[in-house]
Amino acid sequence: MYKLLMSVNKEILLLRRDLGGLIILFIMPLVLVITITLIQDSTFKTATETKIPILLVDNDKGEISNTVLKNLGESGSFSVVTKLEGKLLDEAVAKEKVFDGKYQMAIIIPAELSKGLKAKVDGNVNSILEGFGATDNTAAKTPITEKVTPKEVRLYFDPASQSAFKNAVKSTIDKMISQIETKSIYDAFKAQMGEESTAAFNQENYISFKEIVPMFENKAMVPNSTQHNVPAWTLFAMFFIVVPLSINIVKEKNQGTQVRLRTNPVSYLTVIAGKTVTYLIICMLQFFLMVAVGVYLFPHIGLPPLGLNGTFFLMSVVALFSGFAAVGFGILLGTFAKTQEQAAPFGSTSVVILAAMGGVWVPVFAMPKIMQYIAKASPMNWGLDAFYDVLLRNNTLAGILPQLASLFLFFVAMVVISILYDEKKRAV
Amino acid sequence: MSNPVIEIQSLSKKYKDADFFSVNALSLVVNKGEIFGLLGPNGAGKTTLISMLCGLIKPTSGSFTIEGHTYKDDSYAIKKTIGVVPQEYALYPTLTARENLTYFGSMYGLKGSNLKQKINDSLEYLGLIKFADKRIETFSGGMKRRINLIAGLLHEPSVLFLDEPTVGVDVHSKNVIIEYLKQVNARGTTIIYTSHHLAEAQDLCSHIAIIDSGMILIQGTPDEIITVTDGAQNLEDVFLSLTGKELRDV
Repeated sequence: MYKLLMSVNKEILLLRRDLGGLIILFIMPLVLVITITLIQDSTFKTATETKIPILLVDNDKGEISNTVLKNLGESGSFSVVTKLEGKLLDEAVAKEKVFDGKYQMAIIIPAELSKGLKAKVDGNVNSILEGFGATDNTAAKTPITEKVTPKEVRLYFDPASQSAFKNAVKSTIDKMISQIETKSIYDAFKAQMGEESTAAFNQENYISFKEIVPMFENKAMVPNSTQHNVPAWTLFAMFFIVVPLSINIVKEKNQGTQVRLRTNPVSYLTVIAGKTVTYLIICMLQFFLMVAVGVYLFPHIGLPPLGLNGTFFLMSVVALFSGFAAVGFGILLGTFAKTQEQAAPFGSTSVVILAAMGGVWVPVFAMPKIMQYIAKASPMNWGLDAFYDVLLRNNTLAGILPQLASLFLFFVAMVVISILYDEKKRAV
Repeated sequence: MSNPVIEIQSLSKKYKDADFFSVNALSLVVNKGEIFGLLGPNGAGKTTLISMLCGLIKPTSGSFTIEGHTYKDDSYAIKKTIGVVPQEYALYPTLTARENLTYFGSMYGLKGSNLKQKINDSLEYLGLIKFADKRIETFSGGMKRRINLIAGLLHEPSVLFLDEPTVGVDVHSKNVIIEYLKQVNARGTTIIYTSHHLAEAQDLCSHIAIIDSGMILIQGTPDEIITVTDGAQNLEDVFLSLTGKELRDV
């Protein structure tokens, strides 16, 4: 035990003297979690609060274009631009501005869209009512004299726009046009049948959606960007200790201190245990720091606070076991690498890959099928899943035991492989 | 009366993919209290032999005992018995001299005031006490060599392995190191020493073996091997006579 404590003391001294390493271990993760959460939170707000300027070319000048203009303006997501430099927009100018990346998108409403839609709806309603013999002869009839040509609302997107944004906008416009069509149909029936007959028409939606979320102490646990980002990026930061840890081991090999240690009456396991304890302490400090930032700093910089809802202990357990997995990976890398030039780039790249595979950036369910299987092999995925289980799914210790066991077994496997490889090297 | 501390029987080492044996069926006995010099040209097998005796690499064949123990039977007992001063500095550059020595001393189970006293005495003797709390990275080569030596001796080993302990140091540092080694030997520590400095070896060693191609060419006291070599006036003459004058670049 004394040798282990002295090993831990030595590792802490080495870390304290390495300012660059300390910055990587503590400052960078904080910068990372704050930056990513701010970006993701603003992306989330984009759909609800921040207004994106979009171009609208109104060739219709009718009821539909007025409704689109009004609804887009009221949506809170967009600010509608119909004039540039005092001139009304036309399709050519709008297309040029969007394709140049000056605007995210343009909507071109075709001429006589309102008139055409009204003609089509009235015609259809007339046909239906005539079929039932219920035509209101007192109401003004719309003569069906011509076939209505389908119209298209044209959308131009900046080629750099992300598909998620495009899909969201298309969906919003589609919904808006459906509502206009529905309203037009109701209006047409009203016009044909008279106000008295259609007084009972209720145009409110019959079907609505309600999100049911887990509860804690009778309060809904509503997930926000902080709830997602703090665990994900804490995990990412914890795994980044792979870089300083592997460099630490490579340095010991190159400085000759490992040679001295091997001739000392101390087992390699004790040396590794010294590093494990030290870097686990680092991982836990990183975790506590990130949680403190989420809870106390985020509300002051306009971000939603991290709501722990009584999960702090279980979150700490997940952090500890994730730390084991990260340390194991660092020991393996340090044992295999011969130089710092091998350890540092490989360590950082592999952590980024493990993070991507593990669902830190893109949720696993959104990945292709093959990647979903591969994701299950990433210790970061096990850790992230356990964090989400505790923080967002209100799970218990028993519920996260499989992930904790996987993380610990990963650590054991890494250390065993390292020791076996080390033994093999000595038998050269 | 001889009192063997190290007994080596037909020890061989061939590295993976190598075409030749670095140590080839070498047998040797080192007795208690000796300062045994292993001399030889570059690539002769000195460091490989020391590395096997220190348990850093495994032999291809043959065996050896240190104070009756083998690594297979009781590596812990051997590691407590021996002290090793490797050719490289083997110190943490960002730690101070005292921090390095405290750590390496603690790996032998030394602790508390006993460890502090040993560190202070050693630093005092080797003229480094005023640099005790300076980082190793600020030290000169000679200062690092002296700290390297102390780190291998804090636990007062009964057998000390030294691989080129004076390489790259100035005359003053070298003299201090040699005098310190003589004092350590006088307290009962058996020393196995490799060096390229033949005059230094002649002055320091009680016994010498000249090895080449992994085999012992001659062994005995310095006087004995000078006497039996035709026309040799000193150890350098013996060395050149046995190993030739060809350059040995490895």
